[in-house]
Amino acid sequence: MNVHDKHKPLTWWEKTYLPGVLAGLWLTTRHFVRNMFAHTLRALGMDVKWLGSVTIQYPEFIRPLFPRLRTHHRLTKRDDGSPRCVACMMCETVCPAKCIYIIAEEKPDAPDIEKIPKSFDIDLGLCIFCGYCVEACPEDAIRMDTGILEISSYGRKGMMRDMQTMLALEPKSKRYVEFDDEGDVVSEPFVEDLD
Amino acid sequence: MAEITIDGLRLEVERGTTVIQAADQLGIEIPRYCYHPGLSIVGQCRICLVEIERMPKLQVACHTPATDGMVVHTNSDKVLEARRAVLEFLLVNHPLDCPVCDQAGECWLQNYYMQHGQHDSQVVVDKVKKHKAQPIGPNVMLDSERCILCTRCVRFCDEVTATHELGIFNRGDHSELAPYPGVELANNYSGNTVDICPVGALTDRDFRFKTRVWYLNETPSICPGCSTGCNIVIHHNDERTYKADGARVARLKPRYNAEVNQWWMCDTGRYGFDFVDAESRLLRPRKRLGSELEILSWRKAMQAVAMAISETVRKYGPDSVAVVLSPQMANEDLFLGRELFSNLIGLANLAFEVPKLEPEEGDALLMTADRNPNSKGGWLLGLPHHHEVSLATLLQVAREKEVRGLYICHHDLGQAVADKELEAAFSQLDFLIFQGSNSNMVSEKADYVLPSTTFAERDGTFTSHAGRVQRFCQAVAPLGDSKPDWLIFKSLAKALGHAMPYFEAEDVFAALADEEAAFAGLDYGSIGESGAQLSPGAETKTPAKTKERESFF
Repeated sequence: MNVHDKHKPLTWWEKTYLPGVLAGLWLTTRHFVRNMFAHTLRALGMDVKWLGSVTIQYPEFIRPLFPRLRTHHRLTKRDDGSPRCVACMMCETVCPAKCIYIIAEEKPDAPDIEKIPKSFDIDLGLCIFCGYCVEACPEDAIRMDTGILEISSYGRKGMMRDMQTMLALEPKSKRYVEFDDEGDVVSEPFVEDLD
Repeated sequence: MAEITIDGLRLEVERGTTVIQAADQLGIEIPRYCYHPGLSIVGQCRICLVEIERMPKLQVACHTPATDGMVVHTNSDKVLEARRAVLEFLLVNHPLDCPVCDQAGECWLQNYYMQHGQHDSQVVVDKVKKHKAQPIGPNVMLDSERCILCTRCVRFCDEVTATHELGIFNRGDHSELAPYPGVELANNYSGNTVDICPVGALTDRDFRFKTRVWYLNETPSICPGCSTGCNIVIHHNDERTYKADGARVARLKPRYNAEVNQWWMCDTGRYGFDFVDAESRLLRPRKRLGSELEILSWRKAMQAVAMAISETVRKYGPDSVAVVLSPQMANEDLFLGRELFSNLIGLANLAFEVPKLEPEEGDALLMTADRNPNSKGGWLLGLPHHHEVSLATLLQVAREKEVRGLYICHHDLGQAVADKELEAAFSQLDFLIFQGSNSNMVSEKADYVLPSTTFAERDGTFTSHAGRVQRFCQAVAPLGDSKPDWLIFKSLAKALGHAMPYFEAEDVFAALADEEAAFAGLDYGSIGESGAQLSPGAETKTPAKTKERESFF
């Protein structure tokens, strides 16, 4: 579309605004009738092909998350439980929000691993969830697959996450959608088991 | 003379100049690992291969003398292909542990690989394992796997320090850099091997894992460690203040100056910057009331100090207050100190040098026995040598109550006089003022403490023992309420009723250059980054204390 078309003068018929109003009324009425019928029939236990619009009653019901969604960070572990992070500070360097704070130290008595993080803090109050830290990590030591979205606190300090907290987090697979063989989503909104 | 053409640029060079030196003069960068202008030439790394017309094979630029009519190409396809091949060989056994390597970011394997390599490795055999993270001396960590065997460090220890600690052992791809058995790389210049190591084989133990090099900013400065005045760069961490326990100055690196230190600096100076961020830094002006310490504002502190000095001078005369300036201070400080105490207040006792009880030793390379950066500057400004006005005499007259007030700048007198003598003298004083950057036994005893900045937190100039005036620049902000020494003197002069028209260290230096024949014609611009040599005859100067006194009380 040419930009100049925006300023195309309205015709007389358009100037009455009647076609716009009627089209809008038609759309609203159609949705109303369709939703009312669909939900009524479903409430009566009938299997209707066309669904009414869906409001998920969050937080009682949770919508399944897509795997590419970036959520709360976690730090991955080696087999012995120590952090995979070698404190190379790539994530800290690439972070556009400058919300990662790493202090490195020498790992004593470890022949293979020289450098480990002494502390690894993320200020989620600053984080913009861009996921660059995950991309930059050469060790696959940081991931954003915990499925934790509900991040809030009563103060700024509460938004800080330290290394131990992030090491303890696990990927929450059951929060994520499942697909069938054709690639269609099979998951339904679910009630989360609060443990 | 020989006329050489490199990449189409012509240059006349001296006979014996190598191609790489000629290219450097033209500003054409030829990659190099083993070549270093301060060391002998070995032609070991092969990365500097260039194409020379009418020569059938590529030649190493570092070892090929420039001859008349030579035409060199440093960027032809053949050369670039050869560089890629050399890089591939160098990386055959390189561990690629850049994430944990402190050299990352200033590593010439990384740099040249990003410029020329960028290929996938074709090597299918396993890498040869060697020793990792071995401390081979008090300051240097060796990682043999990362070494590319350029032998710069070996040649440095053979040729510059002549201490011969390092060698290459074993053969083929098992060749390994190591110190000789039973030997430590413990000479006082070992830190330079870290600087010249093009890769991460030799890294700094002091700097190890403190931060990453790309977080650091650089500011040119002068080493305050001794009277040589080695040119240095301060690497400081301004943004990520949580690293390295909050230390802002991360490391010192030598800065090339052909006239002073060339490429090198000693370890004493290199690792002697701890005091800048030390716990012992004095942060606020304070006053002692018995055992209590009271924090003062600068204004109140200056008024109190001015009152103490002027009262004592009024009661007991200008001989009753003695000032000990310091050769740790810059030319600007000494000049304003002299103006204030000698010319404005008219004090008779103005000392400056305080020799230590146990004299330091210098060496034949760079370090001098005088561990002060600016003794020469003080002498040129007419401040008395220590044999003219000595601390011992000052303390003697203090005990006899001829001197009633002492104003001591920077000196830790505990290292110069026995504690008993100091106690005896201090107990007789009406007031003791200490001005300095870090606490010591004098600041503990002082009635007033005036915190001054360190060399990294201010601008100024030092005069080296060879009579070279060199500038140092402010790298980090003053810690706490500390102020440059010259600014403290200016404030004190103001509290005494004398306005001094200086707003920057540069203004003070301009006044100094106006007044002192030795510094005539100099300014910060003409001193520049590499310093200005004073003429040798400019040393004699009438001592300040013989000047005509004008008391303004």
